[in-house]
Amino acid sequence: MTAAVLPAGGTGAELALTARDTTPIATKIVKKTTGRTGRIIVWLLAGLWTLPTFGLLVSSIRPEDDIKTSGWWNFFTNPSTTLSNYTGVLDNKVSGREFSTFFWNSVKITLPGTFIPIVVAAFAAYAFSWMKFKGRDQIFVIVVALLVVPLQMCLIPLLQLFQWSPLGGGIPAIWAAHMIFAMPLAIFLLRNFIGSLPGEVIEAARVDGASHMTIFMRIVLPLSVPAIASIAIFQFLWVWNDLLVAKVFGGEASNQPMTAALVDMVGNKGDEWQLLTAGAFVTMFVPLIVFLSLQRYFVRGLLAGSVKG
Amino acid sequence: MSTLQLVHLNKTYANGYEAIPSLDLEIRDGEFLVLVGPSGCGKSTVLRMVAGLEDISGGDMLIDDVRVNDKSPQQRDIAMVFQSYALYPNMTVGENIAFAMKLRKVDKPTIEAKVAEVAKLLELDKVLDRKPGQLSGGQRQRVAMGRAIVREPKLFLMDEPLSNLDAKLRVQTRAEISRLQRRLGITTMYVTHDQVEAMTMGDRVAVLRRGHLMQVASPQDLYHHPDNLFVAQFIGSPSMNVVRAEVVDGGSGPELKIGAQTLTLDDASLNRIPNLRSMVGRTVGFGVRPEALGDDGTGRLDVQVELVEMLGSELLVHCTIDSPSVRQTDDGIEVGSGTESMIIASMDTRNKIQAGDRVTLTVDTSRIHIFDMENGDAIVKRVDQPVG
Repeated sequence: MTAAVLPAGGTGAELALTARDTTPIATKIVKKTTGRTGRIIVWLLAGLWTLPTFGLLVSSIRPEDDIKTSGWWNFFTNPSTTLSNYTGVLDNKVSGREFSTFFWNSVKITLPGTFIPIVVAAFAAYAFSWMKFKGRDQIFVIVVALLVVPLQMCLIPLLQLFQWSPLGGGIPAIWAAHMIFAMPLAIFLLRNFIGSLPGEVIEAARVDGASHMTIFMRIVLPLSVPAIASIAIFQFLWVWNDLLVAKVFGGEASNQPMTAALVDMVGNKGDEWQLLTAGAFVTMFVPLIVFLSLQRYFVRGLLAGSVKG
Repeated sequence: MSTLQLVHLNKTYANGYEAIPSLDLEIRDGEFLVLVGPSGCGKSTVLRMVAGLEDISGGDMLIDDVRVNDKSPQQRDIAMVFQSYALYPNMTVGENIAFAMKLRKVDKPTIEAKVAEVAKLLELDKVLDRKPGQLSGGQRQRVAMGRAIVREPKLFLMDEPLSNLDAKLRVQTRAEISRLQRRLGITTMYVTHDQVEAMTMGDRVAVLRRGHLMQVASPQDLYHHPDNLFVAQFIGSPSMNVVRAEVVDGGSGPELKIGAQTLTLDDASLNRIPNLRSMVGRTVGFGVRPEALGDDGTGRLDVQVELVEMLGSELLVHCTIDSPSVRQTDDGIEVGSGTESMIIASMDTRNKIQAGDRVTLTVDTSRIHIFDMENGDAIVKRVDQPVG
């Protein structure tokens, strides 16, 4: 009896050994990092990462003389606060215009500059995933290959093209430029997402009598909200923080966004740089709101119950 | 009320692979036709071609005598139930069911009335406001059904709609779908790989193998009069026993030599297989269903009992017989290696047979099948008096 059982026992021990050895490294890492030490490390890293921004915040409420003569950490030994940097940014006239003009310019540039490329890219991504046409895969490869073209290389040819076209210079030209530059990445990311939606759902809609447009609007778009929200955040931040594209395509000063106004405010020699500290927080305010309000769309499990699994 | 006709239907993929060489099939008005076959036999491809989700490479497809080859799915007025159900996850159950009607611009009161009617029929009225993610597997399956029947389409297409349900629910839903289809009278094409589903649900069953139609007949005909070895062994569980036999002249008429034994056939049985007289000297496949062994009959076969399975209603006796098995594979007719093979007899549970016994099985010779060893065709295609 015992003799018969022994080999089986041996196999069991072997199995247990193999099981221990094949524990995925990722699992081990997760185990180690979720403990107390792990949490402490995470907090340390987060603190380190936030430190410069914190320094900037502290500086922005220090008087100009303090900022220019001592490091921000001296604030804690010699606390003196002022809002003059903020009022300086908001009241200062840049090339004869109120700061608010530039704020609204930023909004005017950023909202369509985010919305248009995402709409176009979503349509394109749907077509690349679910419509059959000749050369579909080839065109997609070309679009994705455009990712390697650096933005700076296109500035001059694009500007020449715009000046020759009715677009000219101005805010619509900035929209167009942002749309063009955003397209490859947005199409690539959205196609990956939309292409991974279950094909049977799309086919079911076709059998139910839906056209491509209906499928896109009623099924694909609602299901793609998480992907669209994350791309929207990236594109929004990119356009909001952009200086180069606006400078090149915006033309006159009245079309310039806040970033350009900040540069002008600081002066060519950077002698007014204490204003940058407050300016940074003024410009950061809007993206923060956008991020927090879009965050709730990052929901998982939108597809639950559609197909098995 | 509709008919569907497939005439020389062909599907060839871009890489040259011919999934469906040439298929001729007709579904009558109100009929429930089941397309069955092993995986990869092309049954889903046929269904998808009917739905318009797959291009037709050749031949014609007629719905109500109108050629629909070039019509898109939305123009064909068909409804399909997918294996994965393919519910719209962002819509509630009610919206899922109403979707197709909304697209057809049906007015709101009609939609609401119809959705309510279907929901009641399928016992979904309490979950109309839920999203598919909050439903059980059986409920999801019913939503998929509801989405199809609410439109009253010309054709129902179902692609293995039961394969994601557990065994008990599957049996229950199987009956529900059959009842529903008969009540609505909508022409239905149903694809499955499960021969039990095919036999229980279909008015007629079409057996497909590697894109070729092997036989289309009523479940009863298919079971008792298989046209060929493939259908004989695919339909029925446990499947038909087929072993190698030789036709010999027994003086008064042809007899079957199975291994070292000889099976004599009475006149009535011989009259069913008149061709057998001219086949003396040839090797054939001798087929017999488990239930035609062991209880009644005039034939006798000696076997060695290896295993006895008591199923309650029947006794499955696995025995060794001294002749190799015969089966149809992709490469043609294959004879098993060695000189012995296993056959199964389904017997009355009162039999006191035990493993290790050497017994003589009776054979109901009026229910035997003879197959050609070259192409697998049944030598007798029609048996006039099926017993069973």
